[in-house]
Amino acid sequence: MADVRLALDPFTPAALLEEFGTAHAEAGGIVSFLGQVRAGEGVDALELRHFAPLTLPAMEDLARTAESRFVLAGLLVVHRSGTMAPGDPIVLVAAASRHRRDAFAAADFVMDHLKSDAWFWKRERANGSWRWVEPREQDHADLARWAT
Amino acid sequence: MARLLFLGRLEDVAGAGHLDLPLAASTPLADLLAMLDPVLAEALSGPRLRLALNGALVSPEGLVVADGDELAFLPPVSGG
Repeated sequence: MADVRLALDPFTPAALLEEFGTAHAEAGGIVSFLGQVRAGEGVDALELRHFAPLTLPAMEDLARTAESRFVLAGLLVVHRSGTMAPGDPIVLVAAASRHRRDAFAAADFVMDHLKSDAWFWKRERANGSWRWVEPREQDHADLARWAT
Repeated sequence: MARLLFLGRLEDVAGAGHLDLPLAASTPLADLLAMLDPVLAEALSGPRLRLALNGALVSPEGLVVADGDELAFLPPVSGG
C-alpha cells in the first residue's frame, strides 16, 4: 500500500525518508527523487495550485499503477501545493524494492507522470509579477516513454 | 445559481478564481458560455481544456449545467 500525500504545508524530505526506510527495512534498496524550487532566473516564489476533487485521487491511482507495474516493497509520493520559495521541496518520490532496478524505474515512472499528468498548475513570481507556467513538450516526451 | 471555477491561467482571464451565475433552469454549456464575456468564453472553449462537473471529469458534449452545480474549467497541467 503506497503512502501518497498532498502536502499543503512545507515538508522535510530527510525526515520522511528516514521514516520510509524504517517502515521498509526488508527492502534492499530505496531510490528517491526530490524536486525543489530552482533558484535563479529572477524567480523568488513558485505557487502550485491543485483541484481537491481530482488531485489526490489521481496521485493515488498513479501510485497503484506503479505498484502493479514494478515489484515494490513500498512507495512514497509527496507533492506540495501552495506557495514556495527557492530551495523549498516540491515533490518527493521514494520507491523501496528488494532489488534496485524496480526501485529506479518506479521512481522515474512516477515522476514522469507527476510532471505531465497530475492535476497541478504552476506559476512563478519574478520581478514582482506572477506568470503561469505552460506545460513543457519535454515532459510529454518523457511520459510517452512509458506507453505500452 | 451555478458556480464556475477557473483553474490555472484561466483565473487571470476571468479576473477571479470563480464566478457565480444565476441560472433560471438547466442550461446547456454553449448557452452558459454565451452569458459570459466573449474573451472569457473563448478561453473556456479551448480544445485542450478538461471539465469537471461537481468534482468529476465530464465531456463537454451534451453537457447541461443545473442550479447548484459546480463546473470547473481545467487547462493543461504544469506540475512537479
